[in-house]
Amino acid sequence: MPANGAPTKITQGTRTKGGIGESTLRPDGTLKVTGEFAYSSDMWHEDMLWGQILRSTVAHAEIVSIDTSEALALPGVYAVMTYDDLPTDVKNYGLEIQDTPVLAHGKVRHHGEPVAIVAADHPETARRAAAKIKVDYRELPVITDEASATAPDAVLVHDNRDDHHFGHVPHPNIVHRQPIVRGDVEEARKRADVIVEGEYTFGMQDQAFLGPESGLAVPEEDGGVHLYIATQWLHSDLRQIAPVLGLPEEKVRMTLAGVGGAFGGREDLSMQIHACLLALRTGKPVKIVYNRFESFFGHVHRHPAKLYYEHGATRDGKLTHLKCRIVLDGGAYASASPAVVGNAASLSVGPYVVDDVDIEAFALYTNNPPCGAMRGFGAVQACFAYEAQMDKVAEQLGMDPVEFRQLNAMEQGTIMPTGQPVDSPAPVAELLRRVKAMPMPPERQWESSEGADVRQLPGGLSNTTHGEGVVRGVGYAVGIKNVGFSEGFDDYSTARVRMEVVGGEPVATVHTAMAEVGQGGVTVHAQIARTELGVTQVTIHPADTQVGSAGSTSASRQTYVTGGAVKNACELVREKVLDLGRRKFGSYHPAWATAELLLEGGKVVTDGGEVLADLVDVLENEAVEVEEEWRHRPTEAFDLRTGQGNGHVQYSFAAHRAVVEVDTELGLVKVIELACAQDVGKALNPLSVIGQIQGGTTQGLGVAVMEEIVVDPKTAKVKNPSFTDYLIPTILDTPTIPVDVLELADDHAPYGLRGIGEAPTLSSTPAVLAAIRNATGLELNRTPVRPEHLTGTA
Amino acid sequence: MRVNFTVNGRPQEADDVWEGESLLYVLRERLGLPGSKNACEQGECGSCTVRLDGVPVCSCLVAAGQVEGREVVTVEGLADYAKQRSCGTGACGTSLQDAQQWQAKGTDSQTGEGSELSPIQQAFIDAGAVQCGFCTPGLLVAADEMLEHNPNPTDADIREALSGNLCRCTGYEKIMDAVRLAAARQSEGV
Amino acid sequence: MDFLRPASWEEALAAKAEHPTAVPIAGGTDVMVEINFDHRRPEYLMDLNRIGDLSEWEVGEDSVRLGASVPYSSIMEHLRAELPGLALASHTVASPQIRNRGGVGGNLGTASPAGDAHPALLAAGAEVEVESVRGSRRIPIDEFYTGVKRNALAPDELIRAVHIKKADGPQQYSKVGTRNAMVIAVCAFGLALHPETRTVRTGIGSAAPTPVRAKAAEEFLNAALEEGGFWDNGKIITPSVAKQFAQLCSAACNPIDDVRGTASYRRHAVGVMARRTLTWTWESYRGARRTTEGAA
Repeated sequence: MPANGAPTKITQGTRTKGGIGESTLRPDGTLKVTGEFAYSSDMWHEDMLWGQILRSTVAHAEIVSIDTSEALALPGVYAVMTYDDLPTDVKNYGLEIQDTPVLAHGKVRHHGEPVAIVAADHPETARRAAAKIKVDYRELPVITDEASATAPDAVLVHDNRDDHHFGHVPHPNIVHRQPIVRGDVEEARKRADVIVEGEYTFGMQDQAFLGPESGLAVPEEDGGVHLYIATQWLHSDLRQIAPVLGLPEEKVRMTLAGVGGAFGGREDLSMQIHACLLALRTGKPVKIVYNRFESFFGHVHRHPAKLYYEHGATRDGKLTHLKCRIVLDGGAYASASPAVVGNAASLSVGPYVVDDVDIEAFALYTNNPPCGAMRGFGAVQACFAYEAQMDKVAEQLGMDPVEFRQLNAMEQGTIMPTGQPVDSPAPVAELLRRVKAMPMPPERQWESSEGADVRQLPGGLSNTTHGEGVVRGVGYAVGIKNVGFSEGFDDYSTARVRMEVVGGEPVATVHTAMAEVGQGGVTVHAQIARTELGVTQVTIHPADTQVGSAGSTSASRQTYVTGGAVKNACELVREKVLDLGRRKFGSYHPAWATAELLLEGGKVVTDGGEVLADLVDVLENEAVEVEEEWRHRPTEAFDLRTGQGNGHVQYSFAAHRAVVEVDTELGLVKVIELACAQDVGKALNPLSVIGQIQGGTTQGLGVAVMEEIVVDPKTAKVKNPSFTDYLIPTILDTPTIPVDVLELADDHAPYGLRGIGEAPTLSSTPAVLAAIRNATGLELNRTPVRPEHLTGTA
Repeated sequence: MRVNFTVNGRPQEADDVWEGESLLYVLRERLGLPGSKNACEQGECGSCTVRLDGVPVCSCLVAAGQVEGREVVTVEGLADYAKQRSCGTGACGTSLQDAQQWQAKGTDSQTGEGSELSPIQQAFIDAGAVQCGFCTPGLLVAADEMLEHNPNPTDADIREALSGNLCRCTGYEKIMDAVRLAAARQSEGV
Repeated sequence: MDFLRPASWEEALAAKAEHPTAVPIAGGTDVMVEINFDHRRPEYLMDLNRIGDLSEWEVGEDSVRLGASVPYSSIMEHLRAELPGLALASHTVASPQIRNRGGVGGNLGTASPAGDAHPALLAAGAEVEVESVRGSRRIPIDEFYTGVKRNALAPDELIRAVHIKKADGPQQYSKVGTRNAMVIAVCAFGLALHPETRTVRTGIGSAAPTPVRAKAAEEFLNAALEEGGFWDNGKIITPSVAKQFAQLCSAACNPIDDVRGTASYRRHAVGVMARRTLTWTWESYRGARRTTEGAA
């Protein structure tokens, strides 16, 4: 007992449960396992109509005429709309360049472009009506690749371009071009003992989120519309939708419906404007749900790419230079192509030190399907190429491929080809060391007492081998991805945090417009609020446009940026709560004025752990609320000629080791294990972090061995818009994915965290390819690799 | 046309059904049971998996007219279904304590808290097997059925049984964990 | 669209006679995809699920009478001994959910060259029992497939059952797809040894406009096995015989390039599968012979 008459009762503050660093469970988990979680396709309204889109059956054509009369005459049809029915002069939309027509005008530029829309009382009526619309096309030659796009007499995909990239591109069929020049490649080349060239092809990958594009637009009494929608960025949608409808933004209310995955495919608009147009036209709620076939036309894909690389190295294993040229196929509309170009160029060197570079990346306009954002965003294609190159250079030098990478690995302080110093940990060599140190999976796991278990062999249940022709291979890869929006973009988020007493308990409410697409942002926001505000109960308000923009759920940025905004708003709320406490109770205890005060376990405590007051008593009937924008450090644009500039705010690194077994006679691949090591800065929710890494890894596996949208080069038509012929990995294709998480804090980021969602998608693909090369001895310069490529029958 | 059938133990009647409608459409749009998901509508993804007379099927490929007079269990009825199953094996009955604590089943519309879950549903939450959740209902129905007749599956058994259910978010590792967890809890009688 | 629900086989035949364009639907795994994706709008859909007989099978002296709607999962579970080739083929069909609904009748009705059951039926030897109000007939499987997605059914006929010869020797089935589960065949191969008649039969899927047998390969192998006394001496088939058999199987293909695979790959893969399945079945035959001899 203290003898000096000091407080007789000292309570130690208890740390709040469920804060950051714990694997708390998803707040929406119960709803999702009971089937009650309302996804955008689950929306339902009394009296609602169904919308249907009529899409072009050809890739490039003039529209000679459209006749909607038969469709309109069909009983049950409420509206049929074409370009001529658009209500205002704003008839295009787009993320950066507004080049995408809401409905085709005079011309279609890709297979599956929306031409007309219908609203009817049943989806079948709407489909029948759409089928009755007569469109007369006069076909035009198709632009499908670099040669056809940049030929001197090439047909222009867009004439009359006036976007801000048009002034610096070498050809009107080039959306944007970004060179990066640093050092002196010609001089550096003279120091090289080996020079390795490679030409690589990356196929068109689809996000293949399972929840189809869908939503419900409900007309409102004030003439506005309320859209319940699955998207990655509510405010970006709003900015594009409102002008087309001729409504002020406040009359277009948007609420996030449940999102069934996104992966970049919901950055662009799909059915949003169409549903609103039909709702406003008919005065009735209109629901649109794409089927899987339509979904393949309804969103942008990952840019297919051709990559031409030349590396040099000295005999002792140091890279001398990089010359590369990355040609991305942007398809018919710009979407996110300019930013994808910036990423591909600035990350084309990979996580390596190369002082002398001559790089160019550009995106084409073609009549192929439009391409834009997908997890990894430009860095994926580059990683596939530079990692193949690393193996080739190492082989030429007779070096171990991992040691060679480690010898050239970047680290904190390395200067990027853009001139930007890497100012936080870059443990590239360490990640490689860790992934290599993981125990190898046992050989011949398919052998059992009852003979071969085909489920564990290439070909799986199809019973193609009982071990014949099966060869094991091992491959490594590592990648670098930027986090957040780059190149001078004003990348911010907004959070509104409220604290009050509900039912005798202090409760925090977090309201942001962040799109929860499955990544677990809602889980993390609650954790941040618990840590910062010392409460157990946190309510996550549904995301909508009644609060400021959160920016996009892309670029691995939401935990960083909206997490940062929530943290910041919580800190401001905490200050206000403490002020309130000081006013009420300051005179009772000197610590109110002198100590560092925290909120923990529902109490105000000193940093020494002494409890000063219950939050319930501080707040009483008052609610404390703050809404505030929060930004990460600003970035700069890349110079248009040299590519120099502090373009990125943070980098994220992951390394993979792939172990595969290849049936070398049939060309079938079974990935046995895909081990990953990744630096996450700080794991706010370790369970979610691992889930993200395993999911990203698997998407990389998919594009290594099976996923590709095949476009006919003669017609630019999509040949496999279905889950029957666009294959994504099943549980029998996906191996065990051991994950080693490293936490090296980035001092510039909230809690030291690092965006994590994309990096594992980069290195997984080249690791699998390297393992297949290791097993087969083949060069394999394209992905996905098909059985034909492994058997000489392409 | 009119279709009468039983869903999750309750008789249901759907009117004005277009002959080309699938069971999935009727469940989702006519009966207010959107838990079964419409991800591909071609039998390739398993998101719409339901039990039809006890057998897991893709409800998108069952014509509505084919379910006349038959019994369907969807994810919405999975918890009750699992509970009745365990009753069937004698591990059931309401204890006095439970009876005293019983209250009307109210669920929190934000979090669903208060819902009674089946072991496989709880395991999916606990193991982190749910991300976007769109594949989850179909996986739960398929996994629950597997555990019903194979309570101690090997990893290869789990993979084979769930090979008709695509997931795009998780890379399946946490799904494997969830099924292993449910199997372990089941064998421990938890 | 009208939905017909015949309660008996006779009602179904009458309905089909009255509405020859009626599309029968049983498992729905083909028909519903076409309806969902708006590829097909039949005037009449005719549900066959109510006809219990179609989901039953009978194991006879020489053959199995397999109801048209017996789901693949039942074949896998209950007929592995009698119809090993078809049971293996059934196991490669799509997913567990699809195998619970789909049956051989649907595969035959659709007559897609990629149907998984065809190579196994061709190799085992089978007859398709079809019926109309005019009467019943049995179509030998070799005469059933008449073109791409076309079969020998008359417009008023329905498939009632398939009579498949019970295995008198080892059978194998292999299918190449670009995924380890739930995949449509790039190409497939079925092989059945028939020690009683000392013949070998084959079936090739997805490598010609219709499912086909590699008849020249069968004849070659029959002769080679006979000549070398292999059926009696149970020796290992020489690599050169296996190789030539594989080449002749490849030569029996008439494939196309499509999004699932190249013609050249299909030919190659059929050859590899032919060689492997020959090895597996022959090893099994030798093993069984040894066991029998050991017992005797």
